[in-house]
Amino acid sequence: MKRRDFLRTSVGGGLAAGVALKMGGFDTLWAPAVTAARYDMVAVMGGNPDAMFDLGIQELGGMGAFVQKGQKVLIKPNIGWDVIPDLAANTNPLLVKRIIEHCFKAGAKEVYVFDHTCDNWVNCYKNSGIEKMAKSAGAKVVPGNSESYYHEIEIPGGVNLQKTKVHQLLLETDVFINVPVLKDHNSTRMTCCLKNTMGLVWDRGYWHSNNLNQCIADFALYEKKPALNVIDCYNVMVKHGPQGVSKEDVVTMKSQILTSDWVAGDAAAAKMLGVAFDKIEYIPIAHKMGLGNMNLDSLNIKRIKM
Amino acid sequence: MSSSVLRRIRIIFSTLVFIFFVLVFVDFKSLIPSSYINTLMFLQFVPSILKFYDLKTMVAGGFLLILLLTLLTGRTYCSFLCPLGIGQDLNSRIGGRIKKKFRRYGFKKPFTVLRYTILAATVVVTMVWGVYMLTLLDPYSIYGRFMTYFAKPVIILINNFLAGILGKFDIYSLSNIPVKGFPLIVYGIPAAFFLLVGGLSLTKGRLYCNMICPVGTLLGLISKISIFRIKFSETACTRCGRCAMRCKSSCIDFLKPDVDLSRCVSCFNCIHTCQDNAITFGLVEIKKKEHKTDESRRKIIAGSLLLFLGLSRSANGQDKVAPKPKKESTVKENKTSPVCPPGGGTIADFNRNCIACSLCINVCPNGVLQPSYKQYGIAGIMQPVMDYHKSFCTYNCTKCTEVCPTNALHPLVLEAKKLTQIGKAKFIKDNCIVKTEKTACGACSEACPTKACHMIAYEGNLVIPEVTEDICIGCGHCEFACPAAPYKAIFVDGNPVHAAAKKPENKESETKAPVEFPF
Repeated sequence: MKRRDFLRTSVGGGLAAGVALKMGGFDTLWAPAVTAARYDMVAVMGGNPDAMFDLGIQELGGMGAFVQKGQKVLIKPNIGWDVIPDLAANTNPLLVKRIIEHCFKAGAKEVYVFDHTCDNWVNCYKNSGIEKMAKSAGAKVVPGNSESYYHEIEIPGGVNLQKTKVHQLLLETDVFINVPVLKDHNSTRMTCCLKNTMGLVWDRGYWHSNNLNQCIADFALYEKKPALNVIDCYNVMVKHGPQGVSKEDVVTMKSQILTSDWVAGDAAAAKMLGVAFDKIEYIPIAHKMGLGNMNLDSLNIKRIKM
Repeated sequence: MSSSVLRRIRIIFSTLVFIFFVLVFVDFKSLIPSSYINTLMFLQFVPSILKFYDLKTMVAGGFLLILLLTLLTGRTYCSFLCPLGIGQDLNSRIGGRIKKKFRRYGFKKPFTVLRYTILAATVVVTMVWGVYMLTLLDPYSIYGRFMTYFAKPVIILINNFLAGILGKFDIYSLSNIPVKGFPLIVYGIPAAFFLLVGGLSLTKGRLYCNMICPVGTLLGLISKISIFRIKFSETACTRCGRCAMRCKSSCIDFLKPDVDLSRCVSCFNCIHTCQDNAITFGLVEIKKKEHKTDESRRKIIAGSLLLFLGLSRSANGQDKVAPKPKKESTVKENKTSPVCPPGGGTIADFNRNCIACSLCINVCPNGVLQPSYKQYGIAGIMQPVMDYHKSFCTYNCTKCTEVCPTNALHPLVLEAKKLTQIGKAKFIKDNCIVKTEKTACGACSEACPTKACHMIAYEGNLVIPEVTEDICIGCGHCEFACPAAPYKAIFVDGNPVHAAAKKPENKESETKAPVEFPF
């Protein structure tokens, strides 16, 4: 049970890090751990993105297990590309919307959405459908296009990445919810939970030129970790990732994975994509660094088919 | 018609035109549709002529309307439609506030030799060599550069300041926009003209328009025979001289009294200021007064043309970006040709038609269009060139081709633009991170919208880029994304003649959706 204990503390710890910074109260530190972690991971298959999330989050004890009343929440989808939702280069907008709604129901004070896009950010926000959906759910959609939004942080223990500039939202919010879309990736073979953090930082070029896989794992060391990862596997880009060329690159899998362990999340996602872990170098690296558990057999996974 | 109605109409109309011109050039959120911009540009004299020359259809017939308008009403274009002219009026007003002396104009003799020489030189140079003098002297493009080089950065700084304040209150309707300057050298010409036009209009009204502007001089020739014009009633006029003092063009000789129609810009200030109702704007009376032709002027025009013969040099552009010495990458990018924006067709054609008004540079959402300084050679200075170290060309965008007022950039529909190859990506393996560092990268291929740049097996688990040139469109996203420095490991070499790229083929994926959870 050691691993589960580890996970339990990492869930609580991730939350507590944010909470403690803001409130400084010790009682809140233990509060989430009581309800959360009934399962290490919930995987849902067969429904629409929003319906699958409803079911999945319920199994994890509801959004209240992750978001406390009055907290500020950062939702970080992948909005990297200027393409329409059907091409699945960006996180499904319906899913983003539903997560925001759950956050507000759990009493969140504010919910923020942003990404440091690869294509022109205005077009990405617009054509991904995420800006509209997120705003309609009451979230604040924040730009990430200018270096002035980013502040330098340190990553103690990072092998290749010891400091980087992250978006101010990551520093100012209490809860970070990571909402990647599962995709093929030309170089790292897969982009999902860990790689989605490249949209949190300003200088991605540094990662690319300083051992990309190690940098991806290094960033996961940073103290602000996601309370929850919601992996969008509804439409999955199985080749020509991460941007895609046309609809032929997309396979509809109608699935979703929810977990607080992003290494486990990436390991499960790799199985969905049908790629061996050892091909996706940052997964074993992050596992070895103790940032999560890639051995899915030892996890308590709830599987639901709708 | 007397009274001040005409003047009021002029002020209201020109203010609206000017506001719209300002908005078009500072519209950093791309809120103004291209069709509106095109309507505005239709009546810009020089762009319209160039577009007409290129298209030979009446779609670009705006300049004919202006000639007609001038024949009817004199140089109303200068007061009602020319953004540089309206801007100067505004500046003159400011000048008058600063110092009373600046608003007392009085009659001055025309700079006959100078203005006709410039006009003749412009016409000759344009017909024989190319648009170089229009680039320098067309009032619309001068205005466009003022806005692009000087006004827009200020607007963006104000925006950023406001965005910062709003951000503190958790409002994100404005966003911070990084201000990126141009290469210093391209500021030279706009700055010189800014001082010249700004200084003259601040202290001497429309002197620039009546001394240098070739469009003003040309329309002045026509307005001499205009049907409606400023007229004096010799009986009512008391020779008080108020009109001459108020005349921004310094073209009223109140002792005669007479108006130099070649310089009058139909601002109607004189009518407004006349207390004796002696000045009207009305039909020409066909009789007496012969405008005598100035023989000496003609001689000088012919003679002074020689002065301008040596002025222009043709382009022999090669882009050599001066690299800063750093150890990482070692192989210099061997760019044989600059990359000209989509819709340019061929670089030679583009260079022939572009007057560097910078509108495309303004509307580009990505800021990839930059004024050239030596890429096209000295003659192409300030014309837009794709700078992939600054940014890249967005796949889903045709904005620059939609707004070009001279048709130097032809309009492209999106599907055509996506297959227009403006250059080809060239991979330099020896600069590539994958080879030099033996670590994964793939930034170029990730960015490639057609997957012309894709990854192939390399050593061990590593993959390395490869370019399929025939589906590359030269958008430069790969070059922009490449982290190698100071030389990129992938760069786009321009196509002097734009080509058609092949459509990227894509097969249905072999991966199937799992029926059961695979874990």
